[in-house]
Amino acid sequence: MSDLINIKVTVNGKIYERSVEPRMLLSDFIRFELGLGGTHVGCEHGVCGTCTILFDGKPQRSCITFAVQADGHTIETVESLGTPEKMSPLQQAFQEKHGAQCGFCTPGILMTMTAFLKENPHPSEEEIREGIDGNLCRCTGYQNIIEAVKLAADNMDSKS
Amino acid sequence: MKPASFEYYAPRSLSEALEQISQVGDDGGKILAGGQSLVPAMNFRMAQPTALVDLNGLPELFYIHPTDSGGLMIGAMTRDRVVELDDNVKLRAPIIPECLHWLAHPTIRNRGTFGGALAHSDPAGQLPVVAASLQFNFKLQSKKGERWVNADEFFVSVYTTCLEADEILTAIEVPALSKHAGTSFQQVSRQSGESALVGIATIIELDTDGKIKNGRIAYMGVAEKPVMATEAMKLLKGNKPTDDLIAEAIHGTVTKELDPGADIHASVEYRRHLAQALGVKSVREAIARAAK
Repeated sequence: MSDLINIKVTVNGKIYERSVEPRMLLSDFIRFELGLGGTHVGCEHGVCGTCTILFDGKPQRSCITFAVQADGHTIETVESLGTPEKMSPLQQAFQEKHGAQCGFCTPGILMTMTAFLKENPHPSEEEIREGIDGNLCRCTGYQNIIEAVKLAADNMDSKS
Repeated sequence: MKPASFEYYAPRSLSEALEQISQVGDDGGKILAGGQSLVPAMNFRMAQPTALVDLNGLPELFYIHPTDSGGLMIGAMTRDRVVELDDNVKLRAPIIPECLHWLAHPTIRNRGTFGGALAHSDPAGQLPVVAASLQFNFKLQSKKGERWVNADEFFVSVYTTCLEADEILTAIEVPALSKHAGTSFQQVSRQSGESALVGIATIIELDTDGKIKNGRIAYMGVAEKPVMATEAMKLLKGNKPTDDLIAEAIHGTVTKELDPGADIHASVEYRRHLAQALGVKSVREAIARAAK
């Protein structure tokens, strides 16, 4: 085992200090060190996208980043989006359109599309399809997901 | 699916990084750039570096500078997504954003780096063929000094470049495109973000009569590294391009110079078919753009 390294990471607005092995993946750090189980781990080699988190505001795969690399950085996970009582517009739309389905890919898609809608508040269907092309849903029910993102964009638009 | 142990270095300056890689490079230490190919390989334990020198904390390696000659100088750690969206890159080397669009997914490009994708030397990678056709130059630095190499020298084989164990790729120079040059990138893959079955990067320069003055065509996915279509260029150079000539020229390369392999995704015949179809499409697009 190599030496432990002290890191300080801001996750969902809260500062955490931990000592970790360099080889600890950021996904494992989030789940097992911080106990935030919303971030799922599927393929663990950067293909399926369910471990996607926001790293300094940008969607990135937490399973192919090391926890030590998050030292001094800001992470947001799916827990930051909302609560069952007060869901984010995107989560609300996922509930209405049944976009979650089995729920396994949902956290990655929510994080990817939360950032996507910030960059592109009025996406076309084509753009939405491209936006989620790095997230696999093995229910293969992309249609509901796309409709949910569209609804979220419309809802956010009418509020602003 | 967890990586083996390694020593981790997070240098705060390039000179510190060069010192560290000079100490660990010979004993299996590696550079960590975006990690979007290296870390998956480590998770599978196909790669087990003894140490990683992480360049993510070196702001001096993140930049895109337009050069006086009309080209670009790109810091090796610049994120692929940043390169893809950069206005100078779009203007001076539009083939780069075109090919980056095919490189995995935006989420991967948010972390993956321009230098990393080149130094990875993936035979099915988009940037290596573009580098081969546009003749990128590579700045390699070590504790002992620096050297510049061109694309022909840089790419050696599958996942292998001419980088020595103590060297770091720090910058990439994209040469200026002539006013009369056009470029084109084409690829076929099974799904969005997948590696290419066959891909091609083309640059064609026309003279004032509309004849082909010069050009370079590079194929990916058909060999261990980018393959230059020299047969095709021999036939095209000095001639007015017609559809028949382009098809014949590409056919010469496909039959004489390409030796694609077969796997469960595509047979040799299908890869040859793609090489012919994409070759024709790419050369025609480059010519049309050059004529503008």
